[in-house]
Amino acid sequence: MNAALPPTDGDLNPSADTNFDEFSEFDLSAIFDELGLDAAQYLVEGGDWEQVVAAQQRNPDRVIVVNMGPTHPSTHGLLRLVLELDGETVLSLRPAIGYLHSGIEKTFEYRSWAQGPVVATRAQYVAGIFNEAVYSLAVDKLLGITDAIPERANVLRVLMMEVNRIASHLLAVGSGGMEIGATSVMEVCLRERERCLEFMEALSGLRMNNAYIRPGGVAIDLPADGLDRLRELTKQLRRNLPELAGFTLDNPIFKRRTQGVAYLDLTSCMALGVSGPTLRATGYPWDLRKTQPYCGYQDFEFNVCTADSADAYGRWVIRLGEMDESVRILEQCITRLEVTTGERHSIDHAEVGAFADLAVGADGQGQSFDQVRELWSSMESLIHHFKKASQGFKVPAGQVYQAIEAPGGELGCHMVSAGGTRPYRVHLRDPGFNHIQALPMMTEGGMLSDIVMAISSLDPVVGGVDR
Amino acid sequence: MSTEPQSDAKPARRSGVSAAAIAAAEAADTLRVTYIGETSGVWGPGSGSGDVSGFDGLKGVVELPPQSRPPYGSWFDEAIAEINSEVGAAVSRVFVHRGELTLFTSTTRLSELMRLLRDDAHLRFEVCVSVSGVHYPEQSGSELHVIYELLSITHNRRLRVEVAVPERDPQVPSVTATYPMANYHERETYDMFGIIFDGHPSLTRILMPDDWIGHPLRKDYGLGGVPVRFDGAEVPPPDQRRSYLL
Repeated sequence: MNAALPPTDGDLNPSADTNFDEFSEFDLSAIFDELGLDAAQYLVEGGDWEQVVAAQQRNPDRVIVVNMGPTHPSTHGLLRLVLELDGETVLSLRPAIGYLHSGIEKTFEYRSWAQGPVVATRAQYVAGIFNEAVYSLAVDKLLGITDAIPERANVLRVLMMEVNRIASHLLAVGSGGMEIGATSVMEVCLRERERCLEFMEALSGLRMNNAYIRPGGVAIDLPADGLDRLRELTKQLRRNLPELAGFTLDNPIFKRRTQGVAYLDLTSCMALGVSGPTLRATGYPWDLRKTQPYCGYQDFEFNVCTADSADAYGRWVIRLGEMDESVRILEQCITRLEVTTGERHSIDHAEVGAFADLAVGADGQGQSFDQVRELWSSMESLIHHFKKASQGFKVPAGQVYQAIEAPGGELGCHMVSAGGTRPYRVHLRDPGFNHIQALPMMTEGGMLSDIVMAISSLDPVVGGVDR
Repeated sequence: MSTEPQSDAKPARRSGVSAAAIAAAEAADTLRVTYIGETSGVWGPGSGSGDVSGFDGLKGVVELPPQSRPPYGSWFDEAIAEINSEVGAAVSRVFVHRGELTLFTSTTRLSELMRLLRDDAHLRFEVCVSVSGVHYPEQSGSELHVIYELLSITHNRRLRVEVAVPERDPQVPSVTATYPMANYHERETYDMFGIIFDGHPSLTRILMPDDWIGHPLRKDYGLGGVPVRFDGAEVPPPDQRRSYLL
């Protein structure tokens, strides 16, 4: 962490009375001379804090500029904050993002429609299923097949999204707890999150970056033991999730670290376009699953969790509540999946659903015998397979916007098709990207230590912020 | 899904624009904002690859769905009538596609239209959810489009506002005065497309480094890939491979 100490008065010469150079590794005076800055910059590497404090006491009027990040452990990834501090009070905070920009929106334009979920899931990797879902729903809408998606496909989509919502909230709550010293919370969260990820692995083959939700449906149906695994998962979550509330909600230290911290009222939320748990913590029950349902959410019973404190504590309570509601949805999924056993998990469409029926061979390796036989039965079937796999399907020209309720808030996808086999333009509107804007309003005037709580209560994931 | 606006004794109106007026406006309209490009053969334009399908003489035009004519259906007609009565002809084209409403406007009327969309009790689009761009390099005079996705929490509705600017002078008034949340989104659109938002408080790059040259999401910005070499063959980088249509 670099601490620059610009003198507040031109007459002050910082090196004269502080002598920071003793523990400075780099001589930046040449750079500062070149920039015309009358300030000193020093490298602080831990263990030398007392010298900083002593120097600051000699010049208490000085504003300290701290560069927090981009690899600070409490900033949820490669997020950089430039702080101006008066002692421990934050005078200003300016977020700097882009350190994890990976050109995902550009990459979409060079991949087929079916390859899109593989790319999308890597944007907000903690809640990757939601990226796949919003991408696939946008493609469905452009194709005009939204109403033709089989019920079982929708239930499987909801199932995966809710498991992922629990996993994402567990990570938000867990890392938030750890950042204020509640390591037991992190232990419980990681333990339960692992259960969720194992379940997702059993369904999709991967813990993360699943590429499970596809245009037209989902990649593969439940495995033979899928329902048993789901029953076991809901049982475990029902039993273990309340532990988190027991650890924290009545804990006086926890309450003092979160209550009244990172305050953002409804007016500010509206001005900054803030959605998700942060908006609901102001008491406004806005949840796209209820207000603009997709994937058949209107057929599930669940409550929208709200709080009225508009602070980090309220958002914490909402995340715990939403996990319980998600378990409720999972329990309803069990019934719905039992009823729809044997139905299609992807649309019955020669091109969009072309590879929905892929299965692993009986020996657990390669493709199943039926598919291999189909592939090699005639020259035409081999050509068709090749065309479907390499060219993919075409989507009629047009543009749509699809929004879903991701764990962090409104996740949107603006998609333009030029009628070809690849998207012409895909824009992912990540809630975290929008919410980073709210950080200055939540933290300025507060304490340095509350910044960490503000970030964790917003739960931005930099993979989604930077895309 | 949508709820009717709380009526304060304003009579319901049809959008007061005649079909003849629309046809006249379209005839006078020189911009082709739905035009994307032309194709020849089964591989997109300029592929230069050996098209042995026999369809290499096939010519086609790729366009987005054409603009819609009233009645637009749903709540769209009333909203457009409200807009037309308040800000005149700020909306130059209306598109209804897949149940979504797109209002096309000009850079000169954008700020006025956005303020009305936010403040009018019958419209009340409180949130500008997203700002992004699309690059249509073949549309001469309107190559760069800016897309604003608006959300009305009061009425539970969504709406898209679109504006097009020429690549040689890509200036759009910033909407941050009306929608503060558009700040980062406009910065991103500037970063990725080079569209300049006049009046933005600090229009700097946000995702790319400050000294980066070029705007990555423009269609003429290459991926910078290298060809893959095989024994006796070479596969070009992804952005130069042939593709089906566009």
